[in-house]
Amino acid sequence: MNIIVLVKQVPDTEAKIRIADDGNQIDEASISFIVNPYDEYAIEAALQLKEAHGGEITLVSLGPGGAIAALRTGLAMGADKAVLLKAENSRFMNSQAVAGQIGKVLADRQFDLVLCGKKAVDTDAQQIGTLLAMNLEISVISSIVELNIAGNQITAKREVEGGTETVSCQLPAVLTCEKGLNEPRYPNLRGIMMAKKKPIEEIVVDVVDSVTDFKFENPPQKAEGRIVGEGVDAVPELARLLREEAKVI
Amino acid sequence: MKYSGPDFYHITDLLTEDELLIQQTANDFVQEKFMPLIREHHQRATFPMELIPQMGELGFFGASLPEAAGGAAVSNVAYGLIMHELERGDSGLRSFASVQGGLVMYPIWKYGSDEQKQRWLPKLSAGTAIGCFGLTEPDFGSNPGGMITRAKRTDDGWVLNGAKMWITNGSIADVALVWVKDDANVVRGFLVEKGTPGFSAPEMKGKLSLRASVTSELILQDVVVPESAILPNVNGLKGPLSCLTQARYSIAWGAIGAAVDCYETALRYAKERKQFSKPIAGYQLTQAKLVDMLEEITKALLLVIQLGRLKDQGKMDYTQVSLAKRNNVHIARDIARSAREILGANGILDEYPVQRHAMNLESVYTYEGTHEMHTLIVGQKITGLNAVD
Ligand SMILES: Cc1cc2nc3c(=O)[nH]c(=O)nc-3n(C[C@H](O)[C@H](O)[C@H](O)COP(=O)(O)OP(=O)(O)OC[C@H]3O[C@@H](n4cnc5c(N)ncnc54)[C@H](O)[C@@H]3O)c2cc1C
Repeated sequence: MNIIVLVKQVPDTEAKIRIADDGNQIDEASISFIVNPYDEYAIEAALQLKEAHGGEITLVSLGPGGAIAALRTGLAMGADKAVLLKAENSRFMNSQAVAGQIGKVLADRQFDLVLCGKKAVDTDAQQIGTLLAMNLEISVISSIVELNIAGNQITAKREVEGGTETVSCQLPAVLTCEKGLNEPRYPNLRGIMMAKKKPIEEIVVDVVDSVTDFKFENPPQKAEGRIVGEGVDAVPELARLLREEAKVI
Repeated sequence: MKYSGPDFYHITDLLTEDELLIQQTANDFVQEKFMPLIREHHQRATFPMELIPQMGELGFFGASLPEAAGGAAVSNVAYGLIMHELERGDSGLRSFASVQGGLVMYPIWKYGSDEQKQRWLPKLSAGTAIGCFGLTEPDFGSNPGGMITRAKRTDDGWVLNGAKMWITNGSIADVALVWVKDDANVVRGFLVEKGTPGFSAPEMKGKLSLRASVTSELILQDVVVPESAILPNVNGLKGPLSCLTQARYSIAWGAIGAAVDCYETALRYAKERKQFSKPIAGYQLTQAKLVDMLEEITKALLLVIQLGRLKDQGKMDYTQVSLAKRNNVHIARDIARSAREILGANGILDEYPVQRHAMNLESVYTYEGTHEMHTLIVGQKITGLNAVD
C-alpha cells in the first residue's frame, strides 16, 4: 500500500509565543518547532498499515525550508521518503491555497491512501484533509479514532457528539486522524541515524498570496482568580457568584 | 528544534539536527514514561524495571558505540544529551544507562572474545539482559589497585574469591563484569553469570541517595568459571579505568540535566511564590542565586560539548574527562542546594524534584572517582607530580 502522510511543522505546544514587533508574525527565534501532534497519529497509522500490508510511506509537507526538520522526524519514525513543497511565506496561504498546491503535486503520483492530522494546532482550521479530497475527487473520512482496511474497503470510526460513528469507503481516500487513534512511537536512535540517508525531494511552490491584513494580537490579560472558600462550605457562595456575577448558570 | 534547557548562549547552534532530535526523543521518553513513576520508586527504593527494554528499543544503551557493538553510532554529543535527559529525570536512571553502556557493553566490545560479544551485546543493547561492573571493594574505593579479590587458575578454568561493594545493578544483573587479580597480581576482568554457584549479589539497603537505583554487594565464594569467562584482550588496571573514562563522560553530561531540572523548578517557583509585596524572584538575593545557577549551567554545557567533539575526533584525554566530571557534578550539587533554598519548606517535599536531586548528587559526587581524586588526576597532569603513590 502506498501511503502519503501530510505533515506540518508547528510551534511547540509548550512554547511561549511572542509576537514580533511588526505585529504580523510570531517571533520564531524564541520558539521550538515540532511535528503537528495530530500528524503524529497519521504517521503512526501509516507505519502500522505498512507493517501489516507492506508498501511505502511518503511524507509531504508544505512550508518554509525549516520544515525539513519535521520531515526528518517523520522519517526517523520510519517513513521511507519525503517531499517538501517549499514556500518560504507559506503562512500567507490559506487552507484552500495549501490544499490546492498539495493536490497538484499528488495528482501526478501513485497512492492508495492519504493520511493527515484532523487539524494543525497552530491555525486550527481543520480544512486541509477535506479540501484535498475534494481536489482529488476521492472520499474522505475525518477525525477517525479507529481504522481497519481489508482489501479495498476502509472502515473507520469517528467521534461525534456523544458517541462514535462507523463509516466505510473505498480506497483511495483521505483520512484525517484524531487523538486516540493510536499511540505514536518515539523515533528511536537507529531510526534517527537512518533518516539522514533517506531522500527528501524539494519542490518550490508558488505562494498564492491569499491572506492579506495579517495581524497577531495577544489575548486580553486574564483577571486574577479568586478563592471563595474551601470544601462544601464554599459551594453556596460559588453558586451565587456564578449566577449573579459571571451569569453562567 | 532547540536545545531543551536554558539556552542563554544559543547552544542550539552548536548542535546538529539529529543531536537535537535525539535529545527530544530522550526528553519525551523521560517526561512521559519515567516522571509519573519516579516519586513512588524513590520512596520505595526500587528501579522501574519495565523501562529497561523500552530504553533498549530506543537505542539508549551504548548509543555512541558502533552498530556491531550494539550501539547506534550516534555522536558523543548526542550520547551526552541522552544522559542529560535521563539524569534530568533522576540520577538513578542515568546511572543505569552509564553502567549498561559504558561499563559493560564498552568493555565487552573492546576487550571481549567474539563469543562473549555475540552472547551479550545484542541483549544488553536491547535491554533484555542487565549488566553490572564490580571494581570497588569494602576496603578499596579510591584505590582500586589495592583490590584483594582473587582469581586462581585451575586445570580448566578459574576459581574466584572475594567481595565487591557498592555495585550498581548488582542484584538485578544477568552478568557481572568483575575485576580481580590473578596469580601474577595482574588485574583481569571476568564475566560472571547470575546463578553461578558461590556467586550472590545481596542488595544494600538504607541508602538516602540514589534510592531509585539498585546497589549491591557481589560475594564470590569459590566461584568456578570456565576459561571463556575471562575478557581475553586486557590486562591490568587500565582495563577498568578505560571503562570509567566512558562512564565519567556520561556523568559530566548527566549532572547538567539534574542541575537544569533544579534551576527550572526554582525559576518557575520564584516567579510564582509571593512574599511581602512581590514574587520572590523580584528580590536581589534570589536573582543572584538564579543567575549563579544559569551561569554555571551554561559554562558546564560548553565544557561538555567541546569534550564530546574531542571524543568524536579521538583527541579526548582522560584528564579532560576528570575536569568535566569534577566541575559539572560540583556545580550541580551546589545548584540543587540553592534551588532547595529558593523553594523554602516546599523544597524538602518529594512533590518537587530538588531534594531528590540534591540527595542523588551526593553519590554522583563520590562514585566514578571522588571529586578529590579527580582533583589529583588533573593536579598530576599539570604539575607532573603524583600526589598518591
Ligand atoms: C550509589 C553508588 C553506586 C556505586 N556504583 C559502583 C559500581 O557500579 N561499581 C563500582 O565498582 N563502584 C561503585 N561505587 C563505588 C564508588 O566508585 C566508590 O564509593 C568511590 O570510588 C569512593 O570510594 P570509597 O567510597 O571507598 O571512598 P574512599 O576511597 O574511602 O574515600 C573517602 C574520602 O577520602 C578521600 N580520599 C581518598 N583517598 C584520598 C587521597 N589520596 N587524597 C585525598 N583524599 C582522598 C575521598 O575523596 C573521599 O572524600 C558506587 C558508589 C555509590 C555510592
